[in-house]
Amino acid sequence: MASKAHQKPVPLTIFITVVLGVWVVLAAFPFLWTLWGSFKVEGDFFSKANWAAALTGELTQVETGGQFTGNGYYGAWVEEEFWRAAWNSALVCLFVVTISLTLGTLGGYALSRSPYKYAFWFLIIALVFRALPQITLVSGYLPVFFEFNMWGHLPTAIVVLIAINQPFTLWMLHSFFKNIPQDLDESAMVDGCNRFQAFRHVIVPVMWPGVITTGLFSFLLAYNDFAVTTLLLNQENQTMIPKIGSFLGTTQTKGNVMFAVSAVVSVTAPLFVMILVFQRQIVSGLTAGAVKG
Amino acid sequence: MKHKTFFWFVLPSALAMLLFIFLPMVSIVIQSLHVSHEQVIVEVESCGPFGCRQSTTIDQEATEALRAAKPLGQFAGLTTYLDRGHLAVNEVGQAWDASQSWRAFGASMLNLPFYKAMAFTLTFTFVVTPLVIIFGFLIAVAVNSATKVIRGQLIFVSLLPMMITPLVGALILFWMVDARGIVGSLLQDISGDPNLSIKASTPLMWIMLMVYGVWHSAPFAFIVYYAGLQTVNTETLEAAMIDGATRAQRIRYVVVPHLLPLTTFIALMQLMDNFRVFEPIISFSASAHATSLSWAIFNDLGGETRQLSSAAATSVLTVIGIIILLTPVLIRTWRDFGRK
Repeated sequence: MASKAHQKPVPLTIFITVVLGVWVVLAAFPFLWTLWGSFKVEGDFFSKANWAAALTGELTQVETGGQFTGNGYYGAWVEEEFWRAAWNSALVCLFVVTISLTLGTLGGYALSRSPYKYAFWFLIIALVFRALPQITLVSGYLPVFFEFNMWGHLPTAIVVLIAINQPFTLWMLHSFFKNIPQDLDESAMVDGCNRFQAFRHVIVPVMWPGVITTGLFSFLLAYNDFAVTTLLLNQENQTMIPKIGSFLGTTQTKGNVMFAVSAVVSVTAPLFVMILVFQRQIVSGLTAGAVKG
Repeated sequence: MKHKTFFWFVLPSALAMLLFIFLPMVSIVIQSLHVSHEQVIVEVESCGPFGCRQSTTIDQEATEALRAAKPLGQFAGLTTYLDRGHLAVNEVGQAWDASQSWRAFGASMLNLPFYKAMAFTLTFTFVVTPLVIIFGFLIAVAVNSATKVIRGQLIFVSLLPMMITPLVGALILFWMVDARGIVGSLLQDISGDPNLSIKASTPLMWIMLMVYGVWHSAPFAFIVYYAGLQTVNTETLEAAMIDGATRAQRIRYVVVPHLLPLTTFIALMQLMDNFRVFEPIISFSASAHATSLSWAIFNDLGGETRQLSSAAATSVLTVIGIIILLTPVLIRTWRDFGRK
């Protein structure tokens, strides 16, 4: 395909290769380094003498008798009960994703099919809501949640995350439904379906690509959240990210920073798998809003 | 779609947003105008063998009763906004009168918590956003000209910094630039200063937070630009080539105009997201050197004493900031809609 006219001059090729090389190192190396380091002892990963100790693992050898150690993971998952946080995270993600997608598909579908002005204003208000920093909302919740004894429980955090997720879900699904031809559900209605039946039997079977993409981002919002879950959940209901946050306060002084390192690697692993599996959907989701303007 | 059907379809979402986004907004405005009750103090006369004495004690019951009766606290008007923790009107006035130069005035402003947070938030927003756009564009052009075979892997690697949990991503970088970490030691070697520590220096901490910001967000700009580059009209490019346009001219007059609307989109998303910068400050334990508006709210809400009014006032000021940032976009959207 590459015709002569498309060939690049040599300096440009070199420049592009350098940019790519530097970027790949910047993007990937921190993760590899932390993964490697999580199997060492603190004296090696944070070596006062020589950073290369993390590679050779001298102290790891001395302290544990092997090149690699799982002590950090044991400490985090068993001693500090990180498994409990992992289970809480799983629950939160599951419910946030399913419920916000259910609400979002209904709303997004209606918004994409309504020709009236109020549908447009609805979307604009949702955009403004999307822009609000989540932490400002949390300061609005706290007095009310204390008053009604709702503070600290998982369902509270789930409901809040669903609501915070709505503006984004609506925008995303709205633009996906816009791409599904209107004739489809209208012909079903000519055949005697009502609006909901048309949605149920005609739209639902073809909407899955959009729903999966939106679901991925809802999952990320719930999984990555720090502000809401830290301030709204009590100690035993904490999800993974606030738990890591609390490691920073407590364990760092005890010299157990490796617990935090192992926990960080444990949190990263599922995200890694998710990107691996759903790369195409993530890319299409990120560009869905943009390319159509 | 009929009005009634529309209503029932959007009702669940609308209700969720009304209850958990709109009402909290109303709530922070109300809260910020109130302060918590002072404790009820009673004077008691205690008489013993050596005569009677007046003493004051806190009437726990009455305090509880008052708090239960009026959980909002007492109405305080704008006092919370004007106090030292927020707009600090008096302190700003004094600093203005006392300082000889702009520089001195700026320095004393930075001692006030709200202006300190504001300064970092704005610097972060307006430094990181353009850098994200520039680096995202560079990476997109580079990946686009790489061989097709490795593009998938390149995109995968590029997605990592963006998809990672912000708190976790910032921690990973922070551990590397720690004085005992790999990048930290490297920096010490380069600068020749064995005591160089990012944790101890305000300018270095600011730079590091912004480096994190660019690292985290550049992939977003990259993905959007990369998708844009796939849809550049090749016929236009070839026509330009036939007309004798150089490579630089083709990029300048064909590719860049094609990507311009995307830039607006990226800038908008980035302004919104960078304005709420928060997690890296926690991860880097940077609060001594840099605070942001979101961090200030978090700091008020966490801890033993929850300062709800103070947090609410900062929240209202943050929301006003967001609205100011969004106004140009909203006006444009409104005009576009009016034209249709």
